[in-house]
Amino acid sequence: MGTTDLKPKGHAIDPATGEYRVIAPGQTFRSITEKIAGIVLTPETPLGWLALFGVAGAGATMLLVAVTWLFLKGTGIWAVTQPVAWGFAIINFVWWIGIGHAGTLISAILLLFKQGWRNSINRFAEAMTIFAVVCAGMFPLIHVGRPWLAYWMLPVPLTMNVWPQFRSPLVWDVFAVSTYATISVVFWYIGMVPDFGTMRDRSQNKIAQYLYGLASLGWRGSVRHWMRYETASLLLAGLATPLVLSVHTVISFDFAVAVLPGWHTTIFPPYFVAGAIYSGFAMVLTLAIPLRKFYHLEALVTERHIDNMGKVLLATGFIVAYGYGMEIFMSWYSASHWEAFMMWNRMFGPMGWSYWVLVTCNLAIPLTTLWSRKLRTSIPFMFFISIVVNTGMWFERFVIVVTSLYRDFLPSSWGTYRATKWDYMTYVGTLGLFTALFLLFVRFLPMIPMSEIRMMLPGAKITAKTTAEAGD
Amino acid sequence: MPPREGTYGLLAEFDTPGDLVRAARQARLDGWRRLDCYTPYPVEEAAEAIGFHRNKVPLVTLVGGLMGLVAMFLLETWISVLAYPLNIGGRPTYSWPAFIVPAYEWTILFAGLSAAFGMLALNGLPALYHPLFNAPNFRDGATTDKFFLCLEALDPKFDLVETRAYLTSFQPVSVVEVAY
Repeated sequence: MGTTDLKPKGHAIDPATGEYRVIAPGQTFRSITEKIAGIVLTPETPLGWLALFGVAGAGATMLLVAVTWLFLKGTGIWAVTQPVAWGFAIINFVWWIGIGHAGTLISAILLLFKQGWRNSINRFAEAMTIFAVVCAGMFPLIHVGRPWLAYWMLPVPLTMNVWPQFRSPLVWDVFAVSTYATISVVFWYIGMVPDFGTMRDRSQNKIAQYLYGLASLGWRGSVRHWMRYETASLLLAGLATPLVLSVHTVISFDFAVAVLPGWHTTIFPPYFVAGAIYSGFAMVLTLAIPLRKFYHLEALVTERHIDNMGKVLLATGFIVAYGYGMEIFMSWYSASHWEAFMMWNRMFGPMGWSYWVLVTCNLAIPLTTLWSRKLRTSIPFMFFISIVVNTGMWFERFVIVVTSLYRDFLPSSWGTYRATKWDYMTYVGTLGLFTALFLLFVRFLPMIPMSEIRMMLPGAKITAKTTAEAGD
Repeated sequence: MPPREGTYGLLAEFDTPGDLVRAARQARLDGWRRLDCYTPYPVEEAAEAIGFHRNKVPLVTLVGGLMGLVAMFLLETWISVLAYPLNIGGRPTYSWPAFIVPAYEWTILFAGLSAAFGMLALNGLPALYHPLFNAPNFRDGATTDKFFLCLEALDPKFDLVETRAYLTSFQPVSVVEVAY
């Protein structure tokens, strides 16, 4: 196997399997509980946390400024106009919601597939989902121009007697995204209830005991409760799996149902879902790598996790590559003049540089290097790859939205797109909001599910004596 | 539930899940029915040992999901056909294939909410008070690393002295009396 020469630390390898360990040896129920709960229950806030929160908070404040100005002036402060009527808002919406999907994938699909290694990372991947959906959900709302009328999208009885038009994918989007946000929050919260019980019982501070006690709903760990809880978790996972696939499918319908060359293709749903998972796993890595370093969680988020996420990136990256290839193929095979021109213009037109950024970041760099286990377990390299893929996936949405729109059927209506400072402020602001929310999460909530880690420890094995008795 | 006086039950503490499962299985065999185990993570064997095999969460989820499906599909049909018929590209007002997507989302929404809240309701949660939290060793262990078996006073076999001796025969770390 030659695994030992990859990593000098031999203890990272499980002798039984020759694979990297999911949890470092020597951990007990109490040690992991103290480790994870201790991060939250310490009265001292690390200086690095405060500094980062300051930066992220400044970003979130910038978002507030940008959105306030938008509400005062209208969407004219953005670069959206004819022919590019969908700009940064839709790009960012799709990018953020795609990032969220990896959280659901990790928490739901990998749970159904009994992938035990996911237990260390599923909580903060779910948190990432929720904060990404918060950022994503904001964009359609502020993009409607008069956000105080956004409730018109809901089927509610209004005095003017107007109802939504259910044949439009934009209305489907409302239901898909709002369901996704609700189910994600519920799944995340239900997953935390037993851990809130632990926090309540371990906390020394009266206020913390009270608040965690309320959040724990009185959880006491009865096995009857646990069995119903496990059933509910599995059912929620089973429901979230088709949900996550449907959400990005519906989002791709926003494009694919239009008759525009570059949008009107049947490859969009699977290709959007794969792209979502691709960017989402990249974001999980972007968050997990600094977190394990900063909070010394190397024993719980091991090289095995980084390695596995690298493999998922490789697989989904190839699905995405297939999507790009199929788009090019269909623009030729359809024999449609407009399709062929769109693809030529996308690659070599005045905004063709964005296509090559996408190819470099999404295909050229990750899909050549991630084959190597040495690189997949190299922490600095994986951090670099995660940033590259996130960038590439943002450009994918940029390419889909902008390069399909800016030169449409009539040359007299051709235009271009150049984002304004308000576009950039809104986008960077959501990065700040996301980071700030995530920092609050790691400070106040248990970021690794303690009860699920306990199940994976050697101490959780029922001893042989019991198994023998179970026979009778 | 009105506040009660007296003893809720006797609580035996174990260090390993194996010891708990052995004790629980034996107690069940000896005729105990009002008993429960408390563990810091799901121990399926313990649930089996006390005779808890099935639960109603899947049924609640199914009913919730079907309600979501039917409610949304009827809402869409009523809006598009009766309340606000619109001619969209000449399509029929009852364009049922287009109605599938929101109905599908609401199936999942209602099923998911039913699974989560149904689970909590069947568990009797949220519960702001439970007598077990009066036990001195419960809060440190039950949500961290200890395994508890509680024989409850409501069981007809319960007797403060005899049950304590019975529990001690399983060699637990401790046996404590839990007051209401």
